[in-house]
Amino acid sequence: MTPNSLQRDLAGIALFAAVVVVLTLVLDSGVWLTFIMMALYATLLSQAWNILGGYGGQFSFGHALFFGTGAYVQAIAQLQGGINAWLALAGAVGAAGLVAAGVGALTFRYGLKGSYFALVTLAFAEVFRVLAVSVPFTGGGVGLMLPLNESLANLQFGSRKGYIGLALALVVLALLVTAWLRHSRLGAQLQAVRDNEDAARAVGVNPLVVKLRATVLSGAFMGAGGAFYVQVFQYIDPAIAFGPATSVEALVGAIVGGMGTLWGPVLGAVVLHLLAELTRNLFGNLPGLNMVIYGSVLVLIVMLLPRGLSGIGRSVRDLFKGRR
Amino acid sequence: MAEPLLRLDGVSIAFGGLRAVQGVSLQVAPGTLTALIGPNGAGKTTLFALMSGFLKPDSGCVHFNGRDITGQPPHLNAAAGMTRTFQIVQPFAAQTVLENIAVGAHLHEKRRAHALALAETVAQRVGLQPQLHKPAGDLTVAGRKRLELARALATRPKLLLLDEVLAGLNPQEIDEMIPVVRAIAGDTAHGGVTVLMIEHVMQAVMNLAQHVWVLAQGQLIAEGTPSEVTRNEAVVEAYLGHGTAAKLRAAHAPSAGGRA
Repeated sequence: MTPNSLQRDLAGIALFAAVVVVLTLVLDSGVWLTFIMMALYATLLSQAWNILGGYGGQFSFGHALFFGTGAYVQAIAQLQGGINAWLALAGAVGAAGLVAAGVGALTFRYGLKGSYFALVTLAFAEVFRVLAVSVPFTGGGVGLMLPLNESLANLQFGSRKGYIGLALALVVLALLVTAWLRHSRLGAQLQAVRDNEDAARAVGVNPLVVKLRATVLSGAFMGAGGAFYVQVFQYIDPAIAFGPATSVEALVGAIVGGMGTLWGPVLGAVVLHLLAELTRNLFGNLPGLNMVIYGSVLVLIVMLLPRGLSGIGRSVRDLFKGRR
Repeated sequence: MAEPLLRLDGVSIAFGGLRAVQGVSLQVAPGTLTALIGPNGAGKTTLFALMSGFLKPDSGCVHFNGRDITGQPPHLNAAAGMTRTFQIVQPFAAQTVLENIAVGAHLHEKRRAHALALAETVAQRVGLQPQLHKPAGDLTVAGRKRLELARALATRPKLLLLDEVLAGLNPQEIDEMIPVVRAIAGDTAHGGVTVLMIEHVMQAVMNLAQHVWVLAQGQLIAEGTPSEVTRNEAVVEAYLGHGTAAKLRAAHAPSAGGRA
């Protein structure tokens, strides 16, 4: 029907999942499996950010808030509550969604937008980081360590392949939700609010409700990312959970790949991970140089491709139209 | 006359020292096509904002469809059946024409397929069907005006507030647009949309409006049929008389300069 129909999105997601499975089976080396796992994990974070930032136009600089909430709930539920890891995952997603609802209600209720919204989310993440250091049940600055106990029931795997399966399931779920969003009333209203809030209000859209729903979805997937992190590394501390690194990782992948698109965050996360690996391997003996090159390439991408990597075709066409 | 669809009682708002709208009362009867005119800066768009809920009046109240809606936010007013358009067109530029209209259609259509179908029907009514899949940002000014109209129409309003849908159009485009507006107002098959429009193009006002209100410096100075209003001296004054009035005062009071 329309060029971006739901069927096409779903077919793309199926193809993506198949490619990841085949690659996992073919590239049976530790380095590559770790790469696939981390790229999927980064994709999950970027797609989570993309739901609110890309489709909703609300640029959060503090998505680590939801990530950390998910991570700590995942760890604490198992350590202190003796709760099964799968149940803990559900709890982590729910808790992150709840925190997202609270923060969203506070910020959107007072009409915070643009850079104010970015700063407030950043501040919330920092507040949670400080809290995680000072309250007793998070293990303070030392962090929490999950005992090693590899079994499917525990969501701990002896091989990377198990974690790749879990990450792929979460990414596919995030892609499905995004695809649904693109062809639903909520998605239409969300993009309308992003493009022009007054015009959206005039035709009956309640911006508060729409943004809040997107925030909860976005936060829930970020929480899943946090829970995944804890299961993989069996460790979490306040800096990892609520520090700005994760917030930046989530938003950079989406921005580089293309905000407000289904495949942009996937592309961005994969390309950035490839780039990071490449610079580390080539210039790893000159400390710092790999980061300089990584940063320079980032700047170039953002400067030359305003639509991100997935919009490369249109950006180039616009360039020629503008010049001639 | 039947119960008015929209009733304003002594509506006022001030921005700092500027009294933008002062004590405006008017009643819009259902099923009519009426117009609000006045010189630039008279407060017409501000009055629209007060009706549709984008602004809350300092005093006075607004009734719509028998309910007090004073200060009710715009999205609830749209849900109740009053939708406004914007003088400076506000398309969702990144989305296609069809998607733009569908946002309006979604007000009463939860399902995407239904909203898209309704959007397509509405696009036909305003003559946008050849451009359904174009990005809204690529439309001409005339196209954007039609889109603005279509998006509002897709919310299935009882009352449509049109803010200068003809401004910026060339004479031929105006001629093409006037029948579109008339068809919307006369469309009894769709429950009959009551239209109140702000308009500067007098040809259109004379042509379309059954009743006209004239706003100048935030106050209603006249109302009536288009021909009554254009003969009204206060109205002529409001449009043309500013400079003249000042000159006359100066001529009759030579010492005024000294006291000021």
